[in-house]
Amino acid sequence: MRNPIGSKVVDIKPSGIRKFFDIVHETEGAISLGVGEPDFDTPWHIRDEGIYSLEKGRTFYTSNSGLVELRKEVAAYMKRSQGIDYDPTNEIFITVGGSEAIDLAFRAMIDAGDEVLIPQPSYVSYEPCAILADAKPVIIELKEENEFRLTAEEVLEKVTDKTKILVLPFPNNPTGAIMEKEDLEKIAKVVIEKDLYVLSDEIYGELSYKNKHVSIASLPGMKERTILINGFSKAYAMTGWRLGYACGPEVIMKQMVKIHQFAIMCAPTTSQYAAVEALRNGDDDVNMMREQYNHRRRYLLNEFKKLGLPCFEPYGAFYVFPCIKKFGMTSDDFCTRLLKEEKLAVVPGNAFGDCGEGYIRISYAYSMENLKTAMERFEHFIERL
Amino acid sequence: MGTREEILNIIEKNSRIDVHELSVLIGAEEILVANELKALEDEGIICGYHTMVDWSKTSLDKVNALIEVKVTPTRGQGFDNIAERIYKYPEVTSVYLMSGGFDLMVIIEGKSLQEVAGFVNNKLATLDTVLSTATHFILKKYKDHGTILTKRYEDTREIVSP
Repeated sequence: MRNPIGSKVVDIKPSGIRKFFDIVHETEGAISLGVGEPDFDTPWHIRDEGIYSLEKGRTFYTSNSGLVELRKEVAAYMKRSQGIDYDPTNEIFITVGGSEAIDLAFRAMIDAGDEVLIPQPSYVSYEPCAILADAKPVIIELKEENEFRLTAEEVLEKVTDKTKILVLPFPNNPTGAIMEKEDLEKIAKVVIEKDLYVLSDEIYGELSYKNKHVSIASLPGMKERTILINGFSKAYAMTGWRLGYACGPEVIMKQMVKIHQFAIMCAPTTSQYAAVEALRNGDDDVNMMREQYNHRRRYLLNEFKKLGLPCFEPYGAFYVFPCIKKFGMTSDDFCTRLLKEEKLAVVPGNAFGDCGEGYIRISYAYSMENLKTAMERFEHFIERL
Repeated sequence: MGTREEILNIIEKNSRIDVHELSVLIGAEEILVANELKALEDEGIICGYHTMVDWSKTSLDKVNALIEVKVTPTRGQGFDNIAERIYKYPEVTSVYLMSGGFDLMVIIEGKSLQEVAGFVNNKLATLDTVLSTATHFILKKYKDHGTILTKRYEDTREIVSP
């Protein structure tokens, strides 16, 4: 029989998280600080709108780009949160989670051999999606000494004539790093100088604990060079609804929607109705959740300080990324032993890129009660090392 | 939001939290938090530190009722006078002045239906200024003070995810 599988897919490494997930599942009684999604339920008024839309029989496809009222709400949100004017007809469309938008952006923009700059540690899907689009991924290793921010020098070091897209994953999963306006201005200068495009994944934008999140698309000359990706998963605790969106120049959006229309048709209708309610009346929920995350973030940082574990202060998302190099173990070994000996699951940093080696990702999307139990186990573990 | 409101938001949900932990959560000095707590108590903004108990799960019987009370306000005193006469009874747990179809909402806790009925008949209804009462017994508490009593939170997320 012929080999049924194409070689491009085979060559892609499976996600390091998946591997760890299987080990965790076999461990009975394990508690976890390993999830990448909020612990809150979707606020009831948002769920209620979803249910109501089903009751009314809104069970058909929407237009490929998504409900007009939702795109209008996204435009209004972009205006009020970032001061950017996007045309809801041509510059915004609704996707199945932010992840679909990442995939589409590469596929719509890349010719074989184009280079994509991917800062790591970062979310697991940029590199495989770039490869599937026939791009050549070029990794930029972010450094703890820069608080895992991206610097203009690091971009310049890796830029070639072939570089087309710079991925900008901030606030960052797994490090919790953010990029402030001054940081972005330096990046924007290089992007314009080198004639690049930016894929800015701002899914954690609302979870920023220092200043309000700033999008690179809001800087002069950058709207026309940026594909801004966001969604409802993190801000409104709507991961299972699978709903995100992309904003950007009409020429790019048009091609992205083309792929979307053939591959997906449209994002889930129920989710879209719920999302309209989220954007209209969800600000208080976001603020409440942000405040809770911030308390937990401070709690964890204080615990690590007490344990003498070095950890830079992350100001975004819901992760802390402490360094475990001083124990002389790999991230994998550290996490496996922590799981076996204390039944506590955290994610090894190298699951997010080779330069995450020597770190672990701890999620604080858990109740204080859970965090306390978990930290007791953690302390117990490192006392013995 | 100021430190004050942040402190209140936290201790309204968890009054057992100590000053040290509170200071970590809001990122302020311990001494500052201690002073603020003292000030909040002195100003009567923090009025007490209570524990929420679901008595229905214990062997002790408690009966709660809401009583709508219509009264004649007194000259110069409005409703304050009559409200005071009512809230002084220890079995009364809450008294609110209401807008709408009646004047005072009285919440009362007793050992039995008879005891509550006795209070309404003998003490409340016989007050000069009370025109009428309507008593509603609470059959089941689903949610109280923002806390759902009938179900416990269950984490149904995948145990590890990207």
